[in-house]
Amino acid sequence: MPLSSADFSAIWLTLKLASLTTVILLIIGTPIALWLSHTRSWWRGPIGAVVALPLVLPPTVIGFYLLLTMGPHGYLGQFTQWLGLGTLTFSFAGLVIGSVIYSMPFVVQPLQNAFSAIGSRPLEVAATLRANPWDTFFSVILPLARPGFITASILGFAHTVGEFGVVLMIGGNIPDKTRVVSVQIYDHVEAMEYAQAHWLAGAMVVFSFLVLLALYSSRKTKAGWS
Amino acid sequence: MIEVRLQLNYSGFALDVDLKLPGRGVTALYGHSGSGKTTCLRCIAGLERAGDGFVQINDQVWQDSRNGVFVPPHKRALGYVFQEASLFPHLSVLANLEFGLKRIPKGQRRVDLAHATQLLGIGHLLDRHPQHLSGGERQRVGIARALLTSPQLLLMDEPLAALDSQRKGEILPYLERLHDQLEIPVLYVSHAQDEVARLADHIVLLSEGKALASGPIGETLARLDLPLARGDDAGVVINGTVSSHDAHYQLLTLQLPDSPLQMRVAHAPLDLGKHLRFKVQARDVSLSLQPGEHSSILNCLPVTVTQEIPADNSAHVLVRLDAAGTPLLARITRYSRDQLQVHPGQALWAQIKAVAVLA
Repeated sequence: MPLSSADFSAIWLTLKLASLTTVILLIIGTPIALWLSHTRSWWRGPIGAVVALPLVLPPTVIGFYLLLTMGPHGYLGQFTQWLGLGTLTFSFAGLVIGSVIYSMPFVVQPLQNAFSAIGSRPLEVAATLRANPWDTFFSVILPLARPGFITASILGFAHTVGEFGVVLMIGGNIPDKTRVVSVQIYDHVEAMEYAQAHWLAGAMVVFSFLVLLALYSSRKTKAGWS
Repeated sequence: MIEVRLQLNYSGFALDVDLKLPGRGVTALYGHSGSGKTTCLRCIAGLERAGDGFVQINDQVWQDSRNGVFVPPHKRALGYVFQEASLFPHLSVLANLEFGLKRIPKGQRRVDLAHATQLLGIGHLLDRHPQHLSGGERQRVGIARALLTSPQLLLMDEPLAALDSQRKGEILPYLERLHDQLEIPVLYVSHAQDEVARLADHIVLLSEGKALASGPIGETLARLDLPLARGDDAGVVINGTVSSHDAHYQLLTLQLPDSPLQMRVAHAPLDLGKHLRFKVQARDVSLSLQPGEHSSILNCLPVTVTQEIPADNSAHVLVRLDAAGTPLLARITRYSRDQLQVHPGQALWAQIKAVAVLA
């Protein structure tokens, strides 16, 4: 057996983290993307830039600030301590929060593009056909933006799987709690276990390739709006 | 009764109208692009929000900004037909039609699927997807979809503007059927005078966000104080009644409204008493001092001159005539006017070279 049980638990933890992060991001990313694609507010620029920050910042920078905020002296840390939850640093919950922030642009931007492509006309048509805003979201926006949701889910998931710097900064390296695949590979390399590292790293390459292959092959030519 | 009062300011454009419109028939909002017709329609639908506005359709108030009332568009009993049919591409024609229908409580449905599909001639398209329809078919589906919400008011924003003239000709008869068969008042935005002449009972003339005129189509088109009358395609629209048909020569005789005067027009036989709308272009009316007895012109009516103004070029003038209560316009040369010494009150004969039957 090339993979150890520690490897499997790292894989399991990674999948759990990526799935949970993707679900949370779809829930909070959708309203943000909807707002960004339709608002004429002055805030559109600043909010859009904040959402896109993780694209350009080194993960260590995000991790560093998260560490401070979630630590015992940070605002979030003091709040969670006041709630009796302790601090979120070096916990799975902390990793989820970090991943949500880190992968946010990979979910929000495809959704925002999909919503912008739909435009406001179908929403107006739905309103004149007596659909209230929630109804319009589920019966018009969701089906028309489906390719955008698929892209956003795949990218959000895959990007979280590939995360390393933020995890190391706020999660450390705790088996079954914060030791994800990327960290496990790092450990193997540190311990000179190149064969083990090869298996995991190779699996990551294959996984990432398959995900992107699925993504790019599923992309049809632009769907027409008639 | 439809009451619309809207005031709205965008940078570079202001809309300021106060309209009382009939609660039945087709009212055309007519004007050039940029005159505010579409904005007006969108405000009535609630898709746009006029800062100061009052919109009442029969007994329902949709907006009364002074009392903080603004009913959101999805709660207004309206049907809206956009310039592009804007069908939902992810739904079949049938699902598009049912989209509005199934959101209306059963007790409030007054138009059923069978009736709407028959009225618009789209029964054979129900299984198709919008991508596989022609422009004209799409627009017919769009109109049927709006009708199926059983609206109190149907708003149509240049529904024919995106179509070529052949497709237009394909849809116009369906619009006329709507007009004849349904009791739903229609606000019809258009910049095409032929559509307006064919469909509208009432016309609102918009220019730069203001209503220059609002009135019955026959009277309003014949008003010399409006820019409508000065153009080359000026004319009047008359609603005649079929009084007899000459089978040998295939000519219909039409009685002018509330008048003993008659006109004849080449047309297939129609039932006596049926109303027929026709247009007489100002450039097809010539004036003479004598009845034209030795002429191929069919229609020669005794008229009285009521008013005269310059046309859009210095060679022509426009003369408004009264034919026993029916207004007519004649576009003649300034030379002819001087030769005939045309003046208000003068009795003349109007020779009408062509009559265009509209509906």
